[in-house]
Amino acid sequence: MPLFQKFEALSQARKALLASGADPFNVVLDRMISSTEAIVNGRNMILAGTNNYLGLTFHPECIDAARVALEEQGTGTTGSRMANGTFAGHVALERELADFYQVGSAIVFSTGYLANLGVLSTLAGPDDVILLDADCHASIYDGCRMGEAEVIRFRHNDPTDLDKRLRRLGERATRTLILVEGIYSMLGDRAPLADIAAIKDRYGACLVVDEAHSLGVLGEHGRGLAEEVGVEKSVDLIVGTFSKSLGATGGFCVSRRPELDLIRYASRPYIFTASPSPSVVASTRAALHILSTQPQLRHRLWKSAEYLYQRLKDMGFALGPEPSPVIAALVETKEGGIALWNQLVEQGVYVNLILPPAAPNGGCLLRCSVSAGHTDAQLETICQAFASLS
Amino acid sequence: MKNYEEIVTELYTILKPYMKKERVLDETTELVADIGLDSLQVMQILLEVEDRFDISIPLNIIPDVRTVKDFAQQLELLTKSS
Repeated sequence: MPLFQKFEALSQARKALLASGADPFNVVLDRMISSTEAIVNGRNMILAGTNNYLGLTFHPECIDAARVALEEQGTGTTGSRMANGTFAGHVALERELADFYQVGSAIVFSTGYLANLGVLSTLAGPDDVILLDADCHASIYDGCRMGEAEVIRFRHNDPTDLDKRLRRLGERATRTLILVEGIYSMLGDRAPLADIAAIKDRYGACLVVDEAHSLGVLGEHGRGLAEEVGVEKSVDLIVGTFSKSLGATGGFCVSRRPELDLIRYASRPYIFTASPSPSVVASTRAALHILSTQPQLRHRLWKSAEYLYQRLKDMGFALGPEPSPVIAALVETKEGGIALWNQLVEQGVYVNLILPPAAPNGGCLLRCSVSAGHTDAQLETICQAFASLS
Repeated sequence: MKNYEEIVTELYTILKPYMKKERVLDETTELVADIGLDSLQVMQILLEVEDRFDISIPLNIIPDVRTVKDFAQQLELLTKSS
C-alpha cells in the first residue's frame, strides 16, 4: 500500500539494528527496584540515563502525596481544564511554581513537550520572528513550526552570531523571541546566558529559557541557569518540565509578565489536552518542596556528576565541553556506538544510545545522566563498565 | 545584491562537495532525492549559504525548496529584502 511505503527505510534500519543484537529503543524495565535500578531481562540494571536528576521518583513524601491524591481525587481528570474544570491542585501548583521562581504568573501543561508547543506556538505570531539556538530540543522546533512566526536559527552557543542576526532584523528585533536552553540535553553544555541576556536587552527582544535539564540542577535555590548567572530579570519566560528533577510528568511556563495568564486562553496544546492527573500534580508539588528545601540533593548530584565526568575523561572518552549531570561520550561511528552500548548493557549499565542525526557528525553518543540517587557503588560500576569497553 | 545567475553559480560551488556520485549539477537537481542530503547536511548548507550571502534564512522556506532552482529563487528574494 503506497501510503505505508515511506516507512520502508525505517523498517530496513530497524532490521539492521536488530541484526546487530541490540534493540536500544525498546528496552523494557520489567520491575523498578529504585530510582536508579531496575530488573531488565531478569537481571539487575543500573539506570544511568533517566534524567531523574534528584532521584525523587521513589521519595516517600512524593509517593504519599500521590497516593492521597489518588484516593481522594481519582485516577484522572478526564478532560481539559477549560471544558472539565480546574482541580484545586492545578491552581496550587501554579501558585507554588510562581512563588518558587519569584514571579507573578505560571501555567501548568500536561507534558514538557506540550509546554513548549503551547507557549511558543501562541506567543509568536505571523509578524514576529523566532531566533533559536540550533541545538534546541525537538519540542522547541515543533513549537516554532506549529506557530506562524518566521523561524531562524543561530549557531549553537554563539552570542556573536545571535547579535549579527538581530542586527539584520532591524526594527523587527523588538518583535523577536530568542530561545535557548539552560543545559542542552545531548552534550550537557550550558547556554552563555549572561551574554545572551545582555544582547536581548540591547535589542529589546524577548528571551525564553527552557530550563528542563537545569531546574533543580543549577542556581543557589535550584531555579536553573538564569538564577545561577544572575539574569532572571532579563528572562521573559521560563519553560520547564516535571519529568526530570521533579520525577513526574508535566510541564510549565512562568513569567514576570502578567500576559502569560492570557496565553492559556489561546494555546491549543493547553486547551485541547486532558490536564495532569491529581496524583501527578500532588507528587510534583511534593517534589518541588523537596527541591527547594533540600539543597544537599543538588550538592550530591554535582559531586557525582563531576566524579563521573572526570573518570570518563581520564579514560580517554571524548565528552561534552564541561562537567554536568548530562555526560555524553562521543563514538565516531554508529556501528561502534551500538556495539559499545551492547557491552554496557551486558555489564548491567543502561545509558541512552543517541544515533545520528540526533548525535553530531554522523557519530553517536553514549549519554549518561547522573542522579543524586546513584550510590557510590553504582557510580563505580558505571565507571568500570566504561573502562572495560573495547 | 546578487542576481539569480550569480546565486545559482554560488550554490553549485557550495553543493558540489556534498555530491556522492558523479552527476552534473543543474537547476533541476533535487537536493534530497538527487544529491542525497540528510537533515543535518541541509542545516549545514543553510549555515554556509547564510555566511556567503550575509543573510538569515528562515526555516519556514524549507518546505518550498526541492530543487536548486527553488533554493536560488528563495535566496534571490531574501537577498533583495535584506
